[in-house]
Amino acid sequence: MTTTDSGVDTLADVTSSEDRLRRFLLGLPGVDQVGAEARAATLSTRSIKTTAKAYALDLAIQMIDLTTLEGQDTPGKVRALCAKAKRPDPADATAPQVAAVCVYPDLVATAKYELKGTGINVASVATAFPSGRSSLAIKIQDTKDAVASGADEVDMVIDRGAFLSGRYGLVFDEILAIREAAGDAHLKVILETGELVTYDNVRRASWLAMLAGADFIKTSTGKVSPAATLPVTLVMLEAVRDYHEATGLHIGVKPAGGIRTAKDAIKYLVTVNETAGPDWLDPELFRFGASSLLNDLLMQRTKLATGHYPGPDYFTLD
Amino acid sequence: MSRFEYAPAPESRAIVDIKSSYGLFVNGAFVEATDGKPFKTVSPASEEVLAEVSEAGPADVDKAVRAARKAFEKVWGPMAGRDRAKYLFRIARLIQERARELAVLESLDNGKPIRESRDVDIPLVAAHFFYYAGWADKLEYAGAGEDPRPWGVAGQVIPWNFPLLMLAWKIAPALAAGNTVVLKPAETTPLTALAFAEICQQADLPPGVVNIVTGAGRTGQALVEHPDVNKVAFTGSTAVGRAIAKSVAGTDKAVTLELGGKAANIVFEDAPIDQTIEGIVNGIFFNQGHVCCAGSRLLVQESVYDEVLGRLKRRMETLRVGDPLDKNTDIGAINSAAQLARIRELAQIGEDEGSERWSPECELPAQGYWFPPTVFTGVSQAHRIAREEIFGPVLSVLTFRTPAEAVEKANNTPFGLSAGIWTEKGSRILWMANQLRAGVVWANTFNRFDPTSPFGGYKESGYGREGGRHGLEAYLAH
Amino acid sequence: MPTKDSGRLEVRKTYKLYVGGAFPRSESGRSYVVNNAKGKFLANASQASRKDARDAVVAARKAFGGWSAKTAYNRGQILYRIAEVMEGRHEQFSAEVAASEGLSIAKARGVVDASIDRWVWYAGWADKIAQVVGSSNPVAGPYFDFSLPEATGVVAVLAPQESSLLGLTSVIAPAIVSGNTVVAVSSFERPLPAVTLGEVMATSDLPGGVVNILTGSATEIGPWLASHLDVNAIDLAGIDDLDEARELEAAAAENLKRVRRPADEDWAESPGLSRLTQYLELKTVWHPIGV
Repeated sequence: MTTTDSGVDTLADVTSSEDRLRRFLLGLPGVDQVGAEARAATLSTRSIKTTAKAYALDLAIQMIDLTTLEGQDTPGKVRALCAKAKRPDPADATAPQVAAVCVYPDLVATAKYELKGTGINVASVATAFPSGRSSLAIKIQDTKDAVASGADEVDMVIDRGAFLSGRYGLVFDEILAIREAAGDAHLKVILETGELVTYDNVRRASWLAMLAGADFIKTSTGKVSPAATLPVTLVMLEAVRDYHEATGLHIGVKPAGGIRTAKDAIKYLVTVNETAGPDWLDPELFRFGASSLLNDLLMQRTKLATGHYPGPDYFTLD
Repeated sequence: MSRFEYAPAPESRAIVDIKSSYGLFVNGAFVEATDGKPFKTVSPASEEVLAEVSEAGPADVDKAVRAARKAFEKVWGPMAGRDRAKYLFRIARLIQERARELAVLESLDNGKPIRESRDVDIPLVAAHFFYYAGWADKLEYAGAGEDPRPWGVAGQVIPWNFPLLMLAWKIAPALAAGNTVVLKPAETTPLTALAFAEICQQADLPPGVVNIVTGAGRTGQALVEHPDVNKVAFTGSTAVGRAIAKSVAGTDKAVTLELGGKAANIVFEDAPIDQTIEGIVNGIFFNQGHVCCAGSRLLVQESVYDEVLGRLKRRMETLRVGDPLDKNTDIGAINSAAQLARIRELAQIGEDEGSERWSPECELPAQGYWFPPTVFTGVSQAHRIAREEIFGPVLSVLTFRTPAEAVEKANNTPFGLSAGIWTEKGSRILWMANQLRAGVVWANTFNRFDPTSPFGGYKESGYGREGGRHGLEAYLAH
Repeated sequence: MPTKDSGRLEVRKTYKLYVGGAFPRSESGRSYVVNNAKGKFLANASQASRKDARDAVVAARKAFGGWSAKTAYNRGQILYRIAEVMEGRHEQFSAEVAASEGLSIAKARGVVDASIDRWVWYAGWADKIAQVVGSSNPVAGPYFDFSLPEATGVVAVLAPQESSLLGLTSVIAPAIVSGNTVVAVSSFERPLPAVTLGEVMATSDLPGGVVNILTGSATEIGPWLASHLDVNAIDLAGIDDLDEARELEAAAAENLKRVRRPADEDWAESPGLSRLTQYLELKTVWHPIGV
């Protein structure tokens, strides 16, 4: 890897021209699919019990971006979700709050109002989510709307068409522009790894997004299958780890879509712990984009606390 | 809690029922030894005595060979291949059914992590029996002529590093080909072989087809030197393999030997770096490095040396050393006090010869036999730790500049069992694979095993192959 | 050798060793009398010493890299070339075999025919054996896994004592066809066809050192070859004494040589593949399959 001995200055250099950026990205070490998946599978065999499980369940809840991204979303739906975010388990006040609520731009204001004073962030998808097929002007305006409505975090999508056709400069410039439009909001860059297909592409896109100023790199929109997978997240965690080694900067990772069980969430936390390291076991640096995951975490939490298996009827469906 | 500390997650021991003492398994029954002294087998993780095991003396070995001969002549030899196949399929199924129990027993007796005994050893054991079961009625297609014949009685001696897996490598092809066997497990790890004897009983395998004689070197010697043994198969050290080769000189016995190694694991500058680090770790720390094909010599291209070493050390800091039965353990106990002493001695020699020794911080249990994962840097070909098989979690790191230099260093050893290549360049992989004098070459992977895949060495790593059609051929006269 | 009736004084041949593509005398300066089957003087042959054996192993090792790296097609052509060149020396071989083995000239011609045909048979195996003994292995995982045969290295051959040409051919050809190099000790009492075979090899595009032929005593030289740590395999075909064979096998164990034990062999019979495969190593290569 070319970055180990170099710092921020050298990395700034690689983005000084499209040609340099391209050479840098294509020069990143390859990812062997079988090896990466085997590593993820081994990490999945970790057995997290008792105190470790209790820690992991609560941490996972605090890392959730509780999400609704449907055409049928309404202010009512968003209000209910916000109530759930604030008080995930009505029967247990010790259950922690989630990190953020994630909605479309037009519902940011509703969420912001509901979450005022809770410390829970509002995240908004933007940039013609989920396809990203729109002009840059529209994407910038979409971002500005979300921020103006009070979004603390912006989840943008990259132009996968541009990426797959090798126009890395275009993707880079677009992220820069959105970075600027987002102002102080945290910028999460969605790679849509299910469309990038190869782990080599995932690694390149991760670096591209980090170089362009992403605060977080995020796997998926949730609208494309496969969404988040453990090996994809592993490769992204390796990228943020290496970026930190090169620059000293911490970039967050957000797997989104398809993580539904506490068991799965714990596998991700193990992978975070043993890949990027304990620094990333923090909602500031790792998030789950999920909705149904929360109830499973709460059920497992109750099981651990009470010793019996709870039923879904005892957890709210918002 | 500010850190994600994994709580203990021990696999339950309750599933295994270890008897206080075991006899020999001869002619379908457990019998007392007549001319050997009992010995104890301990858990290397705790030094707790697990059971007392009989030592088979020459007279006991003779009884076992006679039982095997009789079974060969009266039952197993004449039996239709399809029926031998069905017995082997039965055994495979029984192993799957008792997989958890066998995994726990293996980890207890051997010290290897339950993650490996559960996910690697025991599934491969069942797979081997399944694979060779299917050969039993197809021998005429095995490449040993139109009318292939079994040798007769096979005398088999196996090591302690993969006790039940090595048993499977030996017994499955032998029985499929129509031989009967007398097998001696290693003295420090007899328990899963004795559990296998019970499985033979559960399968209603005819008496005498499989005989298990426990003991140490003396028992093994009596077995391989027995005049009525037709085929000798041994896995273990090169020193013992050499002695066996000498002892069978001038006889008609067929011999296969799977011996030591000092494999080069070669990392080029264009390697897929994260998978390479995993491959290095798996290459040397899998099964505590008690692996004849372990990637114990890391050859790194000089241009990426610092980076590879940095990443390797960081990765090693996440290795979890401890209780073999804990499901989160990556590195278990060293198998015996003697082996621990050998590893310590060679590590000391490494330091004395001027190599730099490094291990991650790791707390080792007070009881039992333990050695931390260790890397030696600044090693040259002349150092003993670069030439001798350490058979422990100790990696020697050397460097190279060109592919030709990598080949030269990799081949500069009397061994020739395995090698690893890490590069994204396809033509270089094939060139390297071609040049390396080793029986198994793993490119962009390491320590993979499969019943269909022939395994065995060049030069002083032994002769003959185990696995695949070639492994079957070793049990057919031709 | 046959005398001439023309009155011209014949030029007699000096029978020398064949090492590294050259024809040296024994470094020991020794030679020994070779008689025909009726005990009549035929020639003096060089009597190879342990040092000649040592030099021959060095030559064989040096030749191994190049010979084993040649394409199988090329090796096959060279073996076939040996047969072609032998055909041109048919009469000479026949005379030597007849004299050495006490056969009628007609029978000796038959032996030479069979020897030439055996080279042709083995020549054809060069580019086929890998397909017969190699395999693609269907492992239970995302890996491409294949096994290929490769030459073992340097093979020491103690050639049959009785069958001076057909036997010799039958022990050398299966070793070199796959890329091994050979140090052969000829029949002690019947070395002349072996020397002539060396001359054929020297003019058959066979690289020097691929086959090295020592005339002399297997009993004397055998132990040095059996215990030589740079020899990878040994064929004991020419050892008739069982105790001697056992000692050689035991010595060969020192570096785990692949040992071909002596056996009752009818060299006229179809040889099968067992000798060819005896000097092969199987190499298995794994690689992941992924995108």
